[in-house]
Amino acid sequence: MLEIKNLHASIGDKEILRGVNLTVKPGEVHAIMGPNGSGKSTLSSVIAGREDYEVTSGDILWDGQSILELAPEQRAHLGLFLSFQYPVEIPGVSVSNFVKTALNAVRTARGEEPLDASAMLKKMREALQLLEMDKGFLSRSLNEGFSGGEKKRNEIFQMAMLEPRLAILDETDSGLDIDALRIVAQGVNGLRSPKASFVVITHYQRLLDYIVPDVVHVLYKGRIVKTGDKTLAQDLEVRGYDWIKKEVE
Amino acid sequence: MSQDELLHEVTASEYKYGFYSDVETDRIAAGLSEDVIRMISAKKGEPEWMTDWRLDAYRVWKEMTEPEWANVHYEKPDFQAISYYAAPVKKQINSLDELDPELLKTFEKLGISLDEQKRLSGVAMDVVVDSVSVATTFKKTLAEKGIIFCSMSEAIQEHPEMVKKYLGTVVPKSDNFYAALNSAVFTDGSFCYIPKGVRCPMELSTYFRINEAGTGQFERTLLVADEDSYVSYLEGCTAPQRDENQLHAAVVELVALDRAEIKYSTVQNWYPGDSEGKGGVYNFVTKRGICESHAKISWTQVETGSAVTWKYPSCILKGDHSVGEFYSVAVTNHRQQADTGTKMIHLGRHTKSTIISKGISAGRSHNTYRGLVRMGPRAEHARNFSQCDSLLMGDRCGAHTFPYIEVKNATARTEHEATTSKIGEDQIFYCQQRGLDMEAAIALIINGYAKDVLNQLPMEFAVEAQKLLAISLEGSVG
Repeated sequence: MLEIKNLHASIGDKEILRGVNLTVKPGEVHAIMGPNGSGKSTLSSVIAGREDYEVTSGDILWDGQSILELAPEQRAHLGLFLSFQYPVEIPGVSVSNFVKTALNAVRTARGEEPLDASAMLKKMREALQLLEMDKGFLSRSLNEGFSGGEKKRNEIFQMAMLEPRLAILDETDSGLDIDALRIVAQGVNGLRSPKASFVVITHYQRLLDYIVPDVVHVLYKGRIVKTGDKTLAQDLEVRGYDWIKKEVE
Repeated sequence: MSQDELLHEVTASEYKYGFYSDVETDRIAAGLSEDVIRMISAKKGEPEWMTDWRLDAYRVWKEMTEPEWANVHYEKPDFQAISYYAAPVKKQINSLDELDPELLKTFEKLGISLDEQKRLSGVAMDVVVDSVSVATTFKKTLAEKGIIFCSMSEAIQEHPEMVKKYLGTVVPKSDNFYAALNSAVFTDGSFCYIPKGVRCPMELSTYFRINEAGTGQFERTLLVADEDSYVSYLEGCTAPQRDENQLHAAVVELVALDRAEIKYSTVQNWYPGDSEGKGGVYNFVTKRGICESHAKISWTQVETGSAVTWKYPSCILKGDHSVGEFYSVAVTNHRQQADTGTKMIHLGRHTKSTIISKGISAGRSHNTYRGLVRMGPRAEHARNFSQCDSLLMGDRCGAHTFPYIEVKNATARTEHEATTSKIGEDQIFYCQQRGLDMEAAIALIINGYAKDVLNQLPMEFAVEAQKLLAISLEGSVG
């Protein structure tokens, strides 16, 4: 469903992605690992359509169609979701208002009726339950004064509400203690299905103990330099990245 | 979309109320003199005391000079080029059916059907087009409670003792240049009296519209809430799109007697001029209320219109334990300039005031908050809290804050907080990633930012105000 072909992208004069190839099929979970500065977050931003980056060559296909010309919200309407590494604060906008507005925007764009209040509330309750969050959370200002763990849970909560076809989790594990990590992973696993795909970007093996990937990639200097199964992640945990760097250079 | 394209979109968004209604109008030749004032007074069949009051104001005004201290720049109006009286010809309206159909169409375009207002929302409404009040709904229902809600002209005829007693007591004729001008030439406006102990059962509302070219609008609003009464009042304003500048110099006086409460809300959407700053309304307004003991006045304003705004709704907290509040969202876009804020004058003991001001600047506009908090020598234990936030969109606009604080009593306390922020691209991208387009993202962020103020508006108008904020800022991102 997602196919990235020889993708090159730069910010200013600096080329960050230098020919990424990646194919994600429905229902698959892919992990992308790699040392700092290898281009992991850039890759997620470019897929989501952030304008700071310029795609200089290559393509991103969604169900075989290029999405490079689509605005970020149009990509979201297709069913793309990005769980942000650093979710922003939007003062004065409650979590429930935000999620409601987002879900109805997506539904409207797909030609569906907006959800009525009671259906919306029911859906929110279910998503809260999945993430072991209490109702008071809904009326808080979006990400304002949230702890690191709360911010990440809020991302997964929104994911549960929006039910994307492809979700990219950008270092969702960073800044999480072990309990929060378990809950977040539980949230993600609860959403796994033959139709939903995930791209999990992480530094560490830790998260992958909970969200078990089908495929593991190593991104280094803007290219995917190694691909394997979940044992690759375990190798990296033990041996670090140096051996891969040596292999490449 | 690049920033330049976005900023271009700003300039492309249009004013939605810029139509002109072809209504037959009775207007007098441009210019101002004692004769013109006598003519206005005569046309309105006013008693002699009123004519004299106006002439007195005119003489004061002639000696005054236009204020220049505000942080706004504009070509000064030629006061001799303005027609000071314009009225839709058909007068003496007893029911809505008798209104000029063109006028009714106007109201429909504005999104207000008087009939519907009457039936559905339970809002009593006075409509002022150009200089004259054309329709006041719900008069009967209000009369049963002893509430007087009518045009100022009618009040001068029907309730002269009350007008004489209160007119000019809060904003004296000599208060400032525009207040003096208004006192001399005001042609209509609303008058409202809430008797002792009465809680007004519905929102009272005045809708102002400048229709004719080359006219000014000088309305005068006087609202008296007698002891232990309560009223919530809302005014809305629009004007046609014109290349020349139109002058709006209104005066609003509020009197809250012991333990009375007045909530006064404004949604101001006068034509702001085009993207190059051509045309638009000069909005030079004096609004002030006086609170007797334990009384409360709350000003809420959503300011999106006008080319130049100069306006400081204020409270004189005269009585002990009286309360003043000011909640404001001021949006400027394109070349708009706003210099607005409030004055909280604490005279009595244990008086309390709150100021929440949210400025939003976009395009090449300038948005200024100017506020005064004064604690008089008698104001034992008076308290003020002020919060002035500015939000910038793009890199060609400006936000300015001028807080003045004067404290003459050692037990008084004031707090002032101020922030300046930009709508971040991060915030917009975040919303877009969740499926909102750029406009919806901005509307959401702005409404969140202004929430503390919007929450103060009566429900049915809060929704309208939210939409208005979104329209005013369509496409403006940086």
